[in-house]
Amino acid sequence: MPAPATPDIAAAAPRTATYAWYALGALVLLAVPYFVYPLFAAKVLCYCLFACAFNLLLGTSGLLSFGHAAFFGSAAYVAGHALKVWGLPFELAAVLGMLAATALGFVFGLVSIRRHGLYFAMVTLALAQMIYFLAFQLPFTHAEDGLTAVPRGKILGLFDLNNLYVLYYTTAAVFTLGYLLIARITHSNFGQILKAIRENQPRMISLGYSVNNYKLVVFILSAALSGLAGATRTMVVQLASTVDVHWATSGDVILMALLGGVGTLFGPVIGGVLVESLQFYLADSGLPIPAVIGAIFVVCILLFRHGIVGEITRLMSRKH
Amino acid sequence: MFPVSTQVLFGQLLVGLINGSFYALLALGFAVIFGLLGIINVAQGTFYMIGAFVGWMLLNYLGLGYWWGIVLSPIIAGLLGMALEKTLISRMYKLDHIYGLLLTYGLMMFIMGMFIYFFATAPRPYPVPAELRGGYNLGFMFLPTYRAWVVLVSIVFCFGTWYVIERTPVGRNLRAATENPMLTRAFGINVPALLTFGFGIGVALAGLAGILAGPIYSVSPLMGGDLVIVVFAVVVVGGMQSILGAIVTGLALGVLEGFTKVFYPQGANMVIFVIMFIVLMVKPAGLFGQEK
Repeated sequence: MPAPATPDIAAAAPRTATYAWYALGALVLLAVPYFVYPLFAAKVLCYCLFACAFNLLLGTSGLLSFGHAAFFGSAAYVAGHALKVWGLPFELAAVLGMLAATALGFVFGLVSIRRHGLYFAMVTLALAQMIYFLAFQLPFTHAEDGLTAVPRGKILGLFDLNNLYVLYYTTAAVFTLGYLLIARITHSNFGQILKAIRENQPRMISLGYSVNNYKLVVFILSAALSGLAGATRTMVVQLASTVDVHWATSGDVILMALLGGVGTLFGPVIGGVLVESLQFYLADSGLPIPAVIGAIFVVCILLFRHGIVGEITRLMSRKH
Repeated sequence: MFPVSTQVLFGQLLVGLINGSFYALLALGFAVIFGLLGIINVAQGTFYMIGAFVGWMLLNYLGLGYWWGIVLSPIIAGLLGMALEKTLISRMYKLDHIYGLLLTYGLMMFIMGMFIYFFATAPRPYPVPAELRGGYNLGFMFLPTYRAWVVLVSIVFCFGTWYVIERTPVGRNLRAATENPMLTRAFGINVPALLTFGFGIGVALAGLAGILAGPIYSVSPLMGGDLVIVVFAVVVVGGMQSILGAIVTGLALGVLEGFTKVFYPQGANMVIFVIMFIVLMVKPAGLFGQEK
């Protein structure tokens, strides 16, 4: 994508300021469950991680995937099955979910990175729809019913995840791990090469970079981290259903990244919190949620394409 | 020879042909819009739904029957599309193409959400007109008149559109505007108006498919949501900008889907996507597309 040319907050600001932001983030993350219902906060964090993982692909390589629900949802199913039927602990279930998403990401990536831009978006969407139909057919996904009443188990074999605070802090730890990994990847040489490919692919090819391999690797990384988010969410809400693999979920995660700011590290977190809170509060209002989501999409694209964090960064950099 | 009766086989083939007609109309409209405007119209399925709903509203609010509906639905859907193009979608031309896709996605969610809000999701029946009831016994199968009518109308409109674009002065201008909008403008042709017109045509084809589908599938706000993804696959298989590719692939994949329903019912939903997968591996530009 088009690359709203916004420097990352972390990249632009001096080191000390970065650490200050991280410290503030950690404080907020620790304090949240004392102000917000922990179960809801944990669920929101899963979507924030999903949005960050999605943005890892879009923000660095400019590839807009319209099929990320496939990774999120298949990991949710695999983790749910591992927890419920095989009785595995959450740690192993999450790893299995991630592995499933990684394998799927490899196959999808292999096919879809042959096309770029709009074609890429359409192909990922169509591939993800296959997974959606599979979810109705496979024996272990239980079609419309989905996997319900998935047991949470104990984390590290010690702490009962049914305690909402244990649940929240476990999710927060998963989120932090994922976020830091994404930040590291974005700022690494690998991330910089991807950005260079986004800006000028022919030049990178002529410099001898195997462009498609770089794209494939970031696609797989993004799929794996989306899987981590999906697996964790299954543990939190004790449910995996066809909604998780539906195209509307792929659309939601795009909106989260777009609303927060594509290509910014922190933007998708803001977007995730906003979209999830909105859906939560609208659920009782009787307003049609898809229509509201659609309207926000349209307004966002017409008025502020850089997203909330993107626009703020632009304003701040204009002052200097 | 086959483990199934000819009755079942031809019955499913007919269903496949009908679905294929809808795929072809939608994919054709999609290809016209994409070729001309460079916009991926995710809302194509929404206009299909609107076409069916306009027919239903004409009947239930104004007492105007199917024959009014089949004329007015595509026109009203087309006009709505042109209004959206003028006010919103035209702002996307100078931006990256991805924004066009995201905007039409937002419009789709919005329109679908509003229809669900006002009409709920339960399907509403829309009767087959009296003139097209009944059917013919062909000996090996029973052919309902309305289904034959749907296939006939779709094929006429598909090849009619193809003819207009490839063989008439209007089509020549459209193709010129696709190739080189600046130069076309220099010849005194009003390109922005042409783009609005083209979008209207593409959307009207979806509206036509919608009203044709009404008596078969009933009318519901959800009817276009998943269909548009099949249309994506059809267009990718056919080759993105190929008009003829969209028509032929749409019909062929519909029939193939019908076949799959007979021989391997579990795979019927997925067969089109599997074909897309294979085509992308073998010929990424699509069967009728040209590698750039």
